[in-house]
Amino acid sequence: MASSTILNLFGQSPIKPLQTHMHTVVDCVDLLNEYFVAVTKEDWENVETIYNQISELESAADDQKQDIRLHLPKSLFMPINRSDLIHLLSKQDKICNTAKDIAGLILGRQQVVPKKIATDMQAYVKSAVAVAHEAKAVIDELDELIGSGFGGREISRINKCITKLEKAENKNDKRQVALRSKLHAIEADLPPIDAMFLYKTIEAVGFLADRAQSAGEQIQIIIAR
Amino acid sequence: MDVLNEYGQILLILAIIFGVFMAWGVGANDVANAMGTSVGSGAITLRQAIVIAMIFEFAGAYLAGGEVTATIRKGIIDPLALQGTPEYLVYGMLSALLAAGTWLLIASMLGWPVSTTHSIVGAIVGFAAVAISVDAVNWGKVSTIVASWVVSPLLAGGISFFLFRSVQKLILDTDKPFENAKRYIPVYMFMVGFMITMVTLIKGLKHVFKDMGFQLSFAEMFMIAAVVGIIVAFIGARLMNRVKRNKEAEEDDRYANVEKVFAILMVFTACAMAFAHGSNDVANAVGPMAAAIGTIKSGAITAKSSMPSWVLLAGGIGIVVGLATYGYKVMGTIGKKITELTPSRGFAAELGASCTVVLASGIGLPISTTHTLVGAVLGVGLARGIAALNLRVIGNIFTSWVITLPAGAILSITFFYIFKSIFS
Repeated sequence: MASSTILNLFGQSPIKPLQTHMHTVVDCVDLLNEYFVAVTKEDWENVETIYNQISELESAADDQKQDIRLHLPKSLFMPINRSDLIHLLSKQDKICNTAKDIAGLILGRQQVVPKKIATDMQAYVKSAVAVAHEAKAVIDELDELIGSGFGGREISRINKCITKLEKAENKNDKRQVALRSKLHAIEADLPPIDAMFLYKTIEAVGFLADRAQSAGEQIQIIIAR
Repeated sequence: MDVLNEYGQILLILAIIFGVFMAWGVGANDVANAMGTSVGSGAITLRQAIVIAMIFEFAGAYLAGGEVTATIRKGIIDPLALQGTPEYLVYGMLSALLAAGTWLLIASMLGWPVSTTHSIVGAIVGFAAVAISVDAVNWGKVSTIVASWVVSPLLAGGISFFLFRSVQKLILDTDKPFENAKRYIPVYMFMVGFMITMVTLIKGLKHVFKDMGFQLSFAEMFMIAAVVGIIVAFIGARLMNRVKRNKEAEEDDRYANVEKVFAILMVFTACAMAFAHGSNDVANAVGPMAAAIGTIKSGAITAKSSMPSWVLLAGGIGIVVGLATYGYKVMGTIGKKITELTPSRGFAAELGASCTVVLASGIGLPISTTHTLVGAVLGVGLARGIAALNLRVIGNIFTSWVITLPAGAILSITFFYIFKSIFS
């Protein structure tokens, strides 16, 4: 078959794969909600099943990441800076790495969440997952950004999404402070190592929300050129 | 002289066969590149692309291809150098056709990017410089042609850049892109109609009018072209009104419906592209064929030999056959693989490229339509319109110059000596 100059001119767009990667990441993070419900019930069999699902999605996201990187040769001419794009990809990937870390932290020592803070913990995790969803909403605007040819209106839409993302992260921060103080109130009654690990879990969930926000905000760097 | 009398009939038949062979190569290779972008953007189907190509390639060749044909026929070689040996011109043109056609066949089988224009120019310059004498080549003209190969992609890129920028400003980056698309797209349609008519009037119908003792002033041509442009825009607007807005599709992609309107525009730019290609590239096959046939018939090199219209017809048929036998496959592949080029981008690229090519045709410069289109697409890319372009293609284009020019030359020199030993 004849190779055509025109045909060779068009490279594979990384935008859709990048969005698909983010969808996998969010699917993975979503499982944390069920995970903490199962942990609260101390249904360890189910906890392990969900952990395996999280782990599978995390490695699926890893594979997608590798694939995107392999298809981003330096000769590709894009409206988005190549290194900004690779940076975004790695930020996305780190979100689900954190999700897996959180799940691993709990499963490893079958960490029980005390009944007194269980509902707050679930709500806290939910608010962190919500941040990841807002970040996904921002990433989902990427193709429209290119569709519009980086129009000012599309940029202001993205800025609105980013404001929502920041709000979600703020909410998560507030919940974290509240949950910490609740834990502090009961920590004397808990085995010390349990208390330590619970603090660590809270910190890790907050870290996940931070990373999600940072991935979403990477778009600002992409459009601010 | 004796040679032409003795073997005239055979040489004539060979000229037609080689000319049609070359035209077949143009149809199989080049047309697909020119039209593939339209198919790829989903604006037209493969079948429609072939029909459009057949009609407008021919129209372009017939109405606006005269100048480029003249350049290839008698612009590259200095006819005075061959005054005493007209048969050399015939051998040379036959060799050039056979060389370029063969090279196209080999290169496209091996998957190398080739330009029909570069092949034929390389072949003609090659036989003239080596087999006849270095002075036989009109180097001034050749350097202009080579310079135009650099300028044409740049110019097309510039035009496309600004076209796409205007689309961003007027349509895409507005609150009501769908309404604005319907409002502004007829302006681009007008440009298509105006440009084609203007070139046709200035370059193509000049001779027809002269024969009829009929002459138009520039202002009159301008008026006629404007009227045609308005008619084209009007037809386009009618077609656009048939596009139904699908609100559901818009939820997923805000530009889904806007692109549907642009797809109508792309039908028009596809016609312009085929017209432009016909006006420039058909000459690659018809020019040498006409030169050979003219010399055989008159038995001497005449500066003002007229070109028989059946030669053009033969070239046109060759292209259509090339497209129908092989080109449609290439076009289909291109169409299937280029999905990143949406109609709002594709039109800008095609209009930029076709304006440039038609302009070059008017001046009589044989340029590469494919390379011009590459420049145009890159222009849209520079306006941040396309997600990913492979810059390695620029390297490929450069390589194709370095390889195609000498390859065409070496093949045509070889064929020239073969013909010379057979007939003289």
